[in-house]
Amino acid sequence: MKLTGAEILCETLTQLGVREIFGYPGGAILPVYDALGKSKLHHVLVRHEQGATHMADGYARASGGIGVAMATSGPGATNMVTGIATAMLDSSPVVCITGQVSSKVLGSDAFQEIDITGITMPITKHNVVVTHAGDIARTLREAFVIAKSGRPGPVLVDVTKDAQQATAEFNWDACTPKLPPKRIRTNHDQVEFGRAVELLNTAKRPVILAGHGVMVSGAMRAFEQFVRAGNYPVAMTLLGIGCFPAKDPLNLGMMGMHGEAWVNNAIQEADLLIAVGMRFDDRVTGDLRTYAKGARKIHIEIDRAEINKNVKVDAALVGDAREVLEQLTPQIETRDRSTWIRHINELKGDSAVRDIQSLPDTGHLYAAHVINDLWKETHGDAIVVTDVGQHQMWEAQYYHHDRPHTLITSGGLGTMGFALPAGIGAKFAKPDSEVWVVVGDGGFQMTMSELATIVQEKINLKIAIINNGYLGMVRQWQEFFYDKRYVATPLVAPDFAALANAFGIRAERVTTRSESNSAIRAAREASETVLLDFRVEQEDSVYPMVPAGASLHDMIRRPHNPLVETASDA
Amino acid sequence: MQTLVAYVENKPGVLNRVSSLARRLAINIDSLTVGPTENEEIARMTIVAHTDERGAHRLEASLEKLVDVLLAENISGRALLERDLALIKVAADQQNRPHLMELIKVFRARVVGVAPESLIIEVSGTVDKIDGLLEVLRPFGVLEMARTGRISMTRGSDLLRPPLLDLESSVGEPEVTKAK
Repeated sequence: MKLTGAEILCETLTQLGVREIFGYPGGAILPVYDALGKSKLHHVLVRHEQGATHMADGYARASGGIGVAMATSGPGATNMVTGIATAMLDSSPVVCITGQVSSKVLGSDAFQEIDITGITMPITKHNVVVTHAGDIARTLREAFVIAKSGRPGPVLVDVTKDAQQATAEFNWDACTPKLPPKRIRTNHDQVEFGRAVELLNTAKRPVILAGHGVMVSGAMRAFEQFVRAGNYPVAMTLLGIGCFPAKDPLNLGMMGMHGEAWVNNAIQEADLLIAVGMRFDDRVTGDLRTYAKGARKIHIEIDRAEINKNVKVDAALVGDAREVLEQLTPQIETRDRSTWIRHINELKGDSAVRDIQSLPDTGHLYAAHVINDLWKETHGDAIVVTDVGQHQMWEAQYYHHDRPHTLITSGGLGTMGFALPAGIGAKFAKPDSEVWVVVGDGGFQMTMSELATIVQEKINLKIAIINNGYLGMVRQWQEFFYDKRYVATPLVAPDFAALANAFGIRAERVTTRSESNSAIRAAREASETVLLDFRVEQEDSVYPMVPAGASLHDMIRRPHNPLVETASDA
Repeated sequence: MQTLVAYVENKPGVLNRVSSLARRLAINIDSLTVGPTENEEIARMTIVAHTDERGAHRLEASLEKLVDVLLAENISGRALLERDLALIKVAADQQNRPHLMELIKVFRARVVGVAPESLIIEVSGTVDKIDGLLEVLRPFGVLEMARTGRISMTRGSDLLRPPLLDLESSVGEPEVTKAK
């Protein structure tokens, strides 16, 4: 069957199971858009190409599948860069398709020509330029395999306009992916495996460090069996949240810079750390010289390049988390951990008393209250997509996720502006799920143009703006480390409710704690998108906090009365 | 200094990916040689990098993550055969020419170009040998030099071979559709 390259592209995506594409048209990709119109693919018109990549990313993370973003050459492609880097740092399988000027003028600085494969080389898992219509199908199929296999990541396919316009034979069976055969490495030998088993069975104070890899691998069940077999307490990275139910008594919560004190102290006191699908990021280790000094370390990780990168380990089990855990579990001898677990519970000490949730309602609205109310009202069942900053950490602390893939956030790159578009993508992936976008007033203003996308697509999303009038996390650093010199962090914002109304979106402003629950309830009951503008305490800070570069146990703890500490009229 | 061997697909852009990766890891490349293998679709690289064992591991593992890299291996510390080749243009007048010829003989180098005021000397061998010759030639006046950079091969039965290119990929296609 003879088809144009553009038709082949759409047909290949359709056969690969793609339903939605997030994109923005332009000259060099127009042939594909023409073919899109005749295909069954649904195109979501974004308002900025960064939004398209975040949507594809959110789609991939919520669905466990692959997200597809599309843009034209030049500025369309360069606008995708932040979104691609976000997906790269969080190992998210996104396929980006960009138009490119005709192969005959490549390299001539033609209108809207840019070397996007050159630009994205360090931030993609792979990228490729296609100049022949006949290569499009195979290349796309290879891109999908690369994006999803091993440690996932973004792949960019740059298709020249003449390749889109030319015709070629299209035969699905004749264009199977043909990737260079890799050497099969024997991941770990029996000696390494035996050493890990011995460490697992002799540890007195073990802690599991669970990361994103548990979910990427689909290892939730194997992970739970492993945890139960060894009675291991579990600490989670930000992206690991959801891989093990928050309500489980063995789940300690999030570790790291804004992890609860008992979690970080348990790690520091442990004699064995079992890292599963995580990469010892500086935000979870603090100062490496003092990190878990008394602990032996086992690293279960699919990416060999992560082994001994930041933390030197005693046993490295390179492989898919599920496979490795399934091999390990039968070897685990069940141990009574009550002494160790009781000790960790004691470490909680007065943390619970200091917790803002335990303090009386003074009428002041705190972000932590809003998140906690949201958790209660949604019964912990919503998919929450957060942006970056204070609200992101409060969400991680106060929204207790019991199911995987229900917290979607930019962890590695820390991309402000991620939440709204990623939330739109997540809603497309899970149309029957309740999706909440939780975002600060700073990050929201970076990509709020996507409100128009919501309206055009008639989707039902819930948006909670945690509005404190500051770039809150940066303000917090200025408060702690720069003597409260708030340079460039006070932030003027429009009336978000009025703004939402202007887009045709229902909105409400919430200023007191007593209104919070009812506002959330009303938003949930609405069958359309609702935006809630929560005007929260302005100079509230996220506790505990390990200052950047400090030891993990060296935390700035919650003040004894955060209400007095932060309320402006105290 | 660490020595790595990489087999890569012989196509445009691969060298850029490899060197860009070293740049991203902040590893300085001392020399990088690349040439086709007996299979013209595959090229072999010898990379000599200024880094420690940990850095070499990271480079090796990261290289192997590149789609176009079939195999990468840190061969530092193994029994190696190493060769570097240099062309050295050295000032030579009638008086010192015999002395130069003696040195060339000692180093098993040879003269491949003769001009009234200079000689071009070709020498191959280990880096140390070439450095040694260079040292003794310096007083005569080294006018120009070109070096290939090191190529390395493990000795004996320690074989480093890439998987065959004609093998179909064993990776199955992923499930793109929504998770049920």
